[in-house]
Amino acid sequence: MEFLGFEREDGEVGVRNYIAVIPTVGCANEVAEEITQRVSGCKALLHHQGCCHIPSDLETVERVLIGWGRNPNVSAVLLISLGCENVSVDRIYKEISKFRRHVEKIVIQENGYRKSVDNGVKIARKLVESAKESKRESFDLSKLIIGVKCGASDTTSGIASNPAVGKAVDKIIDMGGTVVFGEITEVIGAEHILAKRAVSKEVSEKILDVVQELEMKVKSLGIDLRGCNPTLGNIKGGLSTIEEKSLGAIVKSGSSKIKDVLKYGEKPAGNGLYMMTSPGREIEFLTGLIAGGAQMILFSTGIGAPQGYPIAPVIKICGNPKTCSTLYEHIDVDVSEIITKGISLDEASERILEKIIRVASGEKTKAELIGYDRTVDIYIRGMVL
Amino acid sequence: MRKTGKAIVLHEKDNVATMLSDVNIGDEIKVVFQKKKKLIIKALNNIPFGHKVALKDICEGEQIFKYGEIIGVAIKKIHKGEHVHIQNLKSTF
Repeated sequence: MEFLGFEREDGEVGVRNYIAVIPTVGCANEVAEEITQRVSGCKALLHHQGCCHIPSDLETVERVLIGWGRNPNVSAVLLISLGCENVSVDRIYKEISKFRRHVEKIVIQENGYRKSVDNGVKIARKLVESAKESKRESFDLSKLIIGVKCGASDTTSGIASNPAVGKAVDKIIDMGGTVVFGEITEVIGAEHILAKRAVSKEVSEKILDVVQELEMKVKSLGIDLRGCNPTLGNIKGGLSTIEEKSLGAIVKSGSSKIKDVLKYGEKPAGNGLYMMTSPGREIEFLTGLIAGGAQMILFSTGIGAPQGYPIAPVIKICGNPKTCSTLYEHIDVDVSEIITKGISLDEASERILEKIIRVASGEKTKAELIGYDRTVDIYIRGMVL
Repeated sequence: MRKTGKAIVLHEKDNVATMLSDVNIGDEIKVVFQKKKKLIIKALNNIPFGHKVALKDICEGEQIFKYGEIIGVAIKKIHKGEHVHIQNLKSTF
């Protein structure tokens, strides 16, 4: 299968052609936002991190800021720095420059607000002009990294949308594509099943380790994620065991072999299926996937999750007939006929694949159409100091 | 009044199906498999939407498969058409 995308300097292929305005620290958001509002074609990635972290979090935040800048959907980058933040703006600038010809930066403490915005607008306009030179060309689906996620789930997620996404994922992997899943909290109870799908003993152990590490950390805070699942609400909905609950979520990763476990925001080293160390919450998990190079996201929902993402299309797939009709302005692929008409998961997965190709080639998702795509953040695990 | 319910089998290895509608005791359930195969079973209990029904007789101690994976073991004999839930199915943890 082929799609129409934008080829970048580093050989990667984008499905969108944005100028990313990236504040390197939360204190630079106002300038980044103002520039983005004044120049069409720019997308701001407004977050709240970049300073006063423990060292491991600082490393994560830098990895994400660099990953955003080199995402294939980004044609050029404008970094907005406050000046005194803990992340190294020079290192971020240097790293992104290895992958993109056009990287610029503005330091607020050298200019003040007004001058920073004015300079930023001038630079951003120039970058948008140069981005217009890129034209869509035909590329194989194997050029895509696709992230998968589920959110605002209900009973229909485990019966319809997640298994349908899983079938689509199997087909993408068979065609040479790359898929990343994560949400480690949802894996608890089914980690032994995922571990069996690892390509090697080493990867199998890594899968068990990340799950155990998270479970222990949560336990140290007095919360027993395993013991409290399935919840009373889950049981009422028909889920009998924690294995069943977790399987209903991880079935969206399909049945292919798992090639490796990625750090949060890390890019897969090759094609195939990968698992990312990540939380389940949308705003942080989508950031991990997209900083890790995902050009688009398959997002399965039951009750209806509206979120998109500034620099990548998020395709919403829903199997709940009521949600598909009430929230039609948010749902991209309606697979509720699995429930109402008994269509096969295979047929539903074909509808998802068709949508992937259309969206990768430029068709706007519902979240893009209504502009529901501004809220993002970066996952940190330690204290803010 | 008798009605016909619907259920879906998510993997060929599974010994339970998931209800796509509510059924009452004695109702027929039309079970849809992934490979065009169809099966009619009779509900032995009232089973709500989203809950599981046994596709065949399952012995005590036998593993229960959904999504082609083990979701737990039967803690008592389960009959074909019976509601499979916390009263007869237990986690392996």
